[in-house]
Amino acid sequence: MDATVSPPSASPLVVMKDISIAFGGIKAVDRASLDLFPGEVVGLLGHNGAGKSTLIKILSGAYKRDAGEILVDGAPVAIDNPRDAKKFGIETIYQTLALADNVDAASNLYLGRELLTRWGTLDDAAMESQARKVMGRLNPNFRRFKDPVSSLSGGQRQSVAIARAIHFNARILIMDEPTAALGPQETAQVGELIKQLKAEGIGIFLISHDIHDVFDLADRIVVMKNGQVVGSARVQDVTKDEVLGMIILGKCPPGATPGLGAMQ
Amino acid sequence: MSVATSNAPATAASAPESTARRLLRQTEIDPRMIGMIFALMLIWVGFDVYGGIVNGFAAFLTPRNLFNIFVQTASVAVMTTGMVLVIVTRQIDLSVGSILGFTGMVVGVTQVYWLPHIFGVDSPMIWITAVVLAIAFGALIGGFQGWIIAYLGVPSFIVTLGGQLVWRGAAWWVARGETIAPLDDRFSLIGGGSAGSIGFWASWGLCVVGIIAFAAAILAGRGRRQRFGFPLRPVWAEVFVGCLGAAALIWLTWIFNAYNWPTMIAKHYAETHHITEPPGGLKIPYGYAIPVLMAFATGLAMTFLAKRTRFGRYIYAIGGNPEAAALAGVNTKRIVMLVFALMGALAGISACIDSARLDSATNALGQFDELYVIAAAVIGGTSLAGGVGSIYGAMLGALVMQSLQSGMVLIGVDSAVQQMVVGLVLVVAVYLDTIYRQKVK
Ligand SMILES: Nc1ncnc2c1ncn2[C@@H]1O[C@H](COP(=O)(O)OP(=O)(O)OP(=O)(O)O)[C@@H](O)[C@H]1O
Ligand SMILES: [Mg+2]
Repeated sequence: MDATVSPPSASPLVVMKDISIAFGGIKAVDRASLDLFPGEVVGLLGHNGAGKSTLIKILSGAYKRDAGEILVDGAPVAIDNPRDAKKFGIETIYQTLALADNVDAASNLYLGRELLTRWGTLDDAAMESQARKVMGRLNPNFRRFKDPVSSLSGGQRQSVAIARAIHFNARILIMDEPTAALGPQETAQVGELIKQLKAEGIGIFLISHDIHDVFDLADRIVVMKNGQVVGSARVQDVTKDEVLGMIILGKCPPGATPGLGAMQ
Repeated sequence: MSVATSNAPATAASAPESTARRLLRQTEIDPRMIGMIFALMLIWVGFDVYGGIVNGFAAFLTPRNLFNIFVQTASVAVMTTGMVLVIVTRQIDLSVGSILGFTGMVVGVTQVYWLPHIFGVDSPMIWITAVVLAIAFGALIGGFQGWIIAYLGVPSFIVTLGGQLVWRGAAWWVARGETIAPLDDRFSLIGGGSAGSIGFWASWGLCVVGIIAFAAAILAGRGRRQRFGFPLRPVWAEVFVGCLGAAALIWLTWIFNAYNWPTMIAKHYAETHHITEPPGGLKIPYGYAIPVLMAFATGLAMTFLAKRTRFGRYIYAIGGNPEAAALAGVNTKRIVMLVFALMGALAGISACIDSARLDSATNALGQFDELYVIAAAVIGGTSLAGGVGSIYGAMLGALVMQSLQSGMVLIGVDSAVQQMVVGLVLVVAVYLDTIYRQKVK
């Protein structure tokens, strides 16, 4: 699969090989394979329930795969929980945002990685100061650092989730519908952010239902259907209509490399 | 009623900010705490006035009565600090009363039958070992229940309901239902009483230390925010909060020092210490009672744990969104187990306070305490949905409940009616809190 699409001279950051997981008999992901190179944006597309979130949740350590292999920098790795994934520089913006609603933005930003004073107590002031910096980059109008995130708007909450993912020097960034709740200005800002991170050599998985966004931002697209990969293609090799055909019918166009889920 | 009064300004959200609102915002005082304190004042003054008018003597707002209320609150207040955290993590612990009963029996039996043989009859090691054992047993029992809840996935309601029966039964089984008495002399000081209080000068000393510590905390917090260039509270607000805290401490110390030893005991003390009694008898102030100090210390330690440590942060994050906490890399199972262990350890401390106060360990020690402990936490603003609750709120809740009960005893309300009133107050308090939360949103 990668032979036709891999950018020159780099080895993949991540390879997911023949990943499967089932929930009580339902094969949510079925022998799916994916890869990602440094500085590359891979758009993951598919209808509702296609298995996109489940597949990337396996990479982020939220789910344990039933079968398959994950390689980071070419070496097989064990990712059994979210801490393992973070150790490899894999950061995730979950579709559900995964914020603790009752604590403030800074506490969410640093949840699980709190800054401590030299006495081992929480250094809330330092965390708030960092939060102000990173939020300033994403959402300059944001002021509500003392309020629990439950009282924030959907877009503000999404900004907090994005801030958390980019703040810890991710090498591999997973964005599951990162702009679903954002206004046009903030969406454009996230677009800029993605380009910036890409230039820094970070690899990004971008899940989105907005085909236009994906065509603007992604280097490559991978389409899933019923837990299987329909196919993958460089964006310049396929048209939007062809991609729609992949999503809806599972029909793999000539410009794409077919996967297991491609219609025969 | 008080809570409704306190949130009256909150309804005028769109109007220009009122003085009261501005005061609250700038001092960052929790309006719900003001509501609680207002409710407490209402209860205290209400019972005092009622007693004065109907029974001819106003006996509530006397140092003696307030002293006793604080001492009687101590045990439930200690446990409710743990119950807050249990409820914040979306769990419940129905077994604390029985854990108290069981550890109380263990502590009684060991210090009466075993420890004197090991350390000698009058050794100070007896009380120390007894207290350590109580805390350790409590933590082990709580931790074991927590392990079943967190790792085996049995709902806490069921595990601790079972625990309530198991440990109550075990308490009986330790000594076949015998009452264990009398306890070690030093151990009994934990229960308070004339010897179990620290006296006049030590109390004022503690008061001064407390005020200095409070002022230092305010200054340190301000310094930290200044260093990062964050907006600061206005100076007058800091001074106001500082003075309020100092005034409360001074008042409390004054109350504890205004209550004197009973004349007979003071007389006896004067005789044995060869002091000539002044006319009108020797006045020996009690000062802070040891169980009350233990409750304060527990409250401070638990507040520190909840607010300033990772463990505390994770407890609240789990309560807000367990899935998010797990995805952020928090070991949620371990935290939940530890919260139950902590709850058990606190029940062990309360077992020491209760048995020391009675100077005996009985099979029925701590019976129904789980209800009072949970009610105190809930009256204090802990949300049963999880994620929300404060230590000081729960401790105030414990004080409110004890004040109600003592007040009703004082004015001669039937014990059956007492129960009904406490039950009603619980429901009404939670209802008012619900309204308050909706208004704030
Ligand atoms: N925790 C779970 N337990 C049971 N079934 C699950 C679970 N998570 C996902 N599934 C099932 O797996 C399938 C794939 O779900 P997934 O969330 O990965 O879809 P998706 O492609 O992200 O869809 P969407 O575009 O709606 O976000 C669905 O059929 C879903 O019902
Ligand atoms: Mg999804």
